[in-house]
Amino acid sequence: MIKLAVIYIKELKYYFKSVTAYVTTGIFLALSGYFFFSILSYYNLISYQSANTPYYRANLNLIEGVMRPLFGNISIILLLVLPLLTMRLLAEEKKQGTFELLLTYPVRDIEAIGGKFLAALTTFTVMLAATLLYPILLEIFATPEWGPILTGYLGLFLVGCTFISMGTFFSSLTSNQLVAGVSTFGLALFFLIIGWAVPFVGNTFSRVLSEFSLLRHFDSFAKGVIHTKDVTYYVFMTAFFLFLTLRSLESTRWRS
Amino acid sequence: MIQVEDLTKYYGLTVGIRNLNFQVERGEVLGFLGPNGAGKTTTMKILTCYLPPSAGSAKICGYNILDNPMEVRRRIGYLPENVPLYLDMKVREYLEFVSCLKGVPTNRVRTASRRVIEQCGLESVHHRTVGKLSKGYQQRVGIAQAILNEPEILILDEPTLGLDPKQIIEIRQLIKNLGQERTVILSSHILPEVSQVCNRVIIINEGELVAVDTPENLRNRLKKSSVIHIKLRDSDMTVTAKEILSGIEGVLMAKEEPAAEGVKIFTIESSPERDLREEITQKLVHENLPLLEIYSEELSLEDIFLQLVTEEVS
Repeated sequence: MIKLAVIYIKELKYYFKSVTAYVTTGIFLALSGYFFFSILSYYNLISYQSANTPYYRANLNLIEGVMRPLFGNISIILLLVLPLLTMRLLAEEKKQGTFELLLTYPVRDIEAIGGKFLAALTTFTVMLAATLLYPILLEIFATPEWGPILTGYLGLFLVGCTFISMGTFFSSLTSNQLVAGVSTFGLALFFLIIGWAVPFVGNTFSRVLSEFSLLRHFDSFAKGVIHTKDVTYYVFMTAFFLFLTLRSLESTRWRS
Repeated sequence: MIQVEDLTKYYGLTVGIRNLNFQVERGEVLGFLGPNGAGKTTTMKILTCYLPPSAGSAKICGYNILDNPMEVRRRIGYLPENVPLYLDMKVREYLEFVSCLKGVPTNRVRTASRRVIEQCGLESVHHRTVGKLSKGYQQRVGIAQAILNEPEILILDEPTLGLDPKQIIEIRQLIKNLGQERTVILSSHILPEVSQVCNRVIIINEGELVAVDTPENLRNRLKKSSVIHIKLRDSDMTVTAKEILSGIEGVLMAKEEPAAEGVKIFTIESSPERDLREEITQKLVHENLPLLEIYSEELSLEDIFLQLVTEEVS
């Protein structure tokens, strides 16, 4: 466990001592801030217009009108930003040869991978925590319900876990960071939009596809529901890709 | 200390190494010699548990590399060929990081890194970023990280590659010092280096073992004839020098070499088991010929290496 912690701290230092964490967080916050601004402006416009119609007014609420679309948008920005965060994790070390040295130390694979995964996850959590500013702003001027906001954040955190574990996996396959990043992006996007095919593939298969869809499982979190099924889905996906990473490390030894 | 039995490694269809057998005893400095692509690095990667062998086995300190890789890794220090270091870390920070990974107890991490900084002469740069150091200092940091856990076995892959002559001498001295208390395996294709630093040499070519012995024994084994060079002052008498030399018992051939004015140089070949230097000097003095120089030619490791490698091919 000490070795995992040592690797974790080293990786975290890399993120926060170089510009990596600041650039990714900065761009992430700029984009999500812009989304928050435009969604909120639109919500304002609607609420002015519905001031005279009690029926519309009754249906307006900050969760449905602001936070839910915002969560949807943030999940898309994560799709773009997280592969950039994870692509270097192992690929860079493989290219420089430091990974070979690391593997000759008495360190188990799981300690190396675990430390790296957790460091990326921590960086992502810091990034995500900074967006709590938006619901806090809402709290200052209105009275949003905090329950669904927090479940939404839990959902985003779990989506992030999945993306990061995919990123770690692809980074373990190649020594080319660009290849790792693009592959992560591709697979993550695929799981995000896999649900689009649901109406066209027939009953049995559509059920399978919709269970695999990242978006579908995220939906209930954004609504304020924590479903065991959805939590299990993300935990399983994360564990699965981390497992693949361990296998891929093992295979680099006997394949070479 | 190290026992290697029938070690074989295939990369797909190409052979990395084939049926290597050798042993290394405690306290030995073993040189691994071979042309590029001979399988030196492959063998080292297998011994450090980075690559598994295709067949055969290797035991390090009694632990099998396949069954007990963690025990093996705890007992070795390894420096790969291209000295991979985390370039963005400071020297001391890097060494402390590595010592944690190598399982040095937390309360001894600082002492351990201070010790290797001293041993490798890094005092003046310990606060600097690794990536900004010269190649020579990076090499030292590489050796420093290898000895952090006070390993019983040190494996160094071409440790003097890409250094300037002064740095090469310094690194060799460092390796000699380290070799006093532990077993060292060192690969190189620079032959004088191996004969200077190592007490035993393994020569491999195209993945196969060509020879294992001390540099001296290799030399003796390959001496097919011994050669003596002499230099004489050119006096009137020297017309007969060639005849005198040829007349000594045991001389196979005496040949006059082109030389500057006023001196004569002869190359004398004799059978390897006899040292004729004494007889030649006595004879020449007896005949009153002014002898300026006499020395017997030694086979350099280069000659041995070329001879062995080419013999193997033909």
